[in-house]
Amino acid sequence: MAEDAQAAEAPVKEPTPLELLGEGICTLAGVVGMHIQHDELTVSAERDALIAVMTALRDDPRWAFEQVMDICGVDWPERADRFDVVYNLLSVSLNQRVRVIVTTDTVKPVPSVHTIWPVATWWEREAWDLFGIVFSGQPDLRRILTDYGFEGHPLRKDFPLTGYVELRYDEDRKSVVYEPVKLTQDFRTFDFLSPWEAMTTLPGDEKARDRKVGG
Amino acid sequence: MDMQDRVVTTKTVEIDSHSINFGPQHPAAHGVLRLILELDGEVVERADPHIGLLHRGTEKLIEYKTYMQAVPYFDRLDYVSPMCEEHAFALAVEKLLGITAPDRAQWIRVLFAEITRVLNHLLNLTTYALDVGAITPALWGFEEREKLMEFHEAASGARLHANYFRPGGVSKDLPAGLEEKIHEWSLTFPKFLDDLEELLTGNRIWKQRTVDIGIMSAEQALAWGFSGPPLRASGVPWDLRRSQPYDKYAEVEFQVPVTRNGDCYDRYLIRLAETRESVKIIQQALAKMKPGPIKVQDRKFAPPKRSEMKRSMEALIHHFKLYTEGYHVPAGTTYTAVESPKGEFGVYLVADGTNKPYRCKIRSTGFAFLQATDVMTKRHMLADVCAIIGSLDVVFGEIDR
Repeated sequence: MAEDAQAAEAPVKEPTPLELLGEGICTLAGVVGMHIQHDELTVSAERDALIAVMTALRDDPRWAFEQVMDICGVDWPERADRFDVVYNLLSVSLNQRVRVIVTTDTVKPVPSVHTIWPVATWWEREAWDLFGIVFSGQPDLRRILTDYGFEGHPLRKDFPLTGYVELRYDEDRKSVVYEPVKLTQDFRTFDFLSPWEAMTTLPGDEKARDRKVGG
Repeated sequence: MDMQDRVVTTKTVEIDSHSINFGPQHPAAHGVLRLILELDGEVVERADPHIGLLHRGTEKLIEYKTYMQAVPYFDRLDYVSPMCEEHAFALAVEKLLGITAPDRAQWIRVLFAEITRVLNHLLNLTTYALDVGAITPALWGFEEREKLMEFHEAASGARLHANYFRPGGVSKDLPAGLEEKIHEWSLTFPKFLDDLEELLTGNRIWKQRTVDIGIMSAEQALAWGFSGPPLRASGVPWDLRRSQPYDKYAEVEFQVPVTRNGDCYDRYLIRLAETRESVKIIQQALAKMKPGPIKVQDRKFAPPKRSEMKRSMEALIHHFKLYTEGYHVPAGTTYTAVESPKGEFGVYLVADGTNKPYRCKIRSTGFAFLQATDVMTKRHMLADVCAIIGSLDVVFGEIDR
């Protein structure tokens, strides 16, 4: 916010290395937008062009993103394409990072990048397990973190924190049994979202907040 | 066995490949790793790690907690290096809030991040030696660890789950006399490292068990998402403290040890050399640390002192609001990574402007390492699996989350 104000005042500003990097990546077919926040570059890509974009990001000497450090899902249930799939790439030779985001829903598959970075397999399995995001071309799309035989995708926003089943050891049957969750007291959610002085930006109060955070 | 009879009678030896279950209750599995090994005789053909036995849903839980309540979950991820995990979260939240911790807080964080690194490497090196049959390092190393845990306890009140690094600084200042004690320890500790090295580095059995075992080339290490000591052991000079410095790491001098072979022995050497560098950083942090505030003075982000609350109504209100509602983090996204003792530990934080994180993805280091056990153990003997897993320094608290 403070940076935007500065950018408006300065007439001509040298593009930062990060902006140059982002503009370079935006020339790739299939990259639809870029965004810089907190000195971090985020680009959005089309799902179908993902493999081409990622291969270019790894192999082009201008970018040389040798490593994918993290792949994860983010759930936005109110959107039509409810999931973001986030790839955090790192170049150790050029010391730069970029974040690539594609969107998908519960059925449309995202092309798997495990042919580009073999490490992607487990993170794709994790995104499948926790969100139910489908990856095409991924031969090993088993669950990874949840229990054997688990049903549902726990990190979706509509999955309750307490889950649906609990397990215990049954002395009579001499085995572990699954039962529906029984809570001895109601699940407590506190609504603390009251507007508090300087914590929430009230309409018309943005400037005061910018000063406070920036200074 | 009547193997020899069969050789004589049929002239061919057929050995069925069979699979065994390594763990989840195996002492060399470092926690709850269940490894399905397909063997050809005693040679590993395929390793399929089954993880998730310690899955506690940390990321889901954090979505239901305020930012301040989320900090203790990070101790419980990699319980061998708790403060470094908190460090990543604290830096991520600070970045989103647009605040910077005061100088002294940053020095204290550097100091304790390095103490944590020594703690972590001591545990890894000694239990790794235990895995391949050397008992003495573990006995000696745990005595040293105990001294360091006392420093943890003196600063934070807890030996393991510190909850000490907070967004905006650290929870409280160091008690009087602790800096001198840490300094004294830092003078005697290199002698201990010499002793430890004497036990292992030139030891014939140790070398037979680790040299040329589980080799990863630089290209392989990069493709498999390695970071930290295993990446540097493969010859890639990469350390986030050096290349993307955070807090006061830009102001301290230290070497980044790199080796070439990428085998288990090199990973051991890297950790040992890093421990020596950590001692240097600890001494520099102690020398450069000056008295001053240890958390941001903005009461909207950091709680007031207890004594202030006795007199000031405003301080009381701030305290109450911070511990019930917490602070609101402006909408934004960040991926913040630190060089934890194990490698790159990252937090991908999505804030939506409320007092709770919308999404908090934890990039655990060991997750990538463990996935590579399949390629690393291929065509190795069963006994080498223990050496390879030990050299990767995996902790299941962070892998399973």
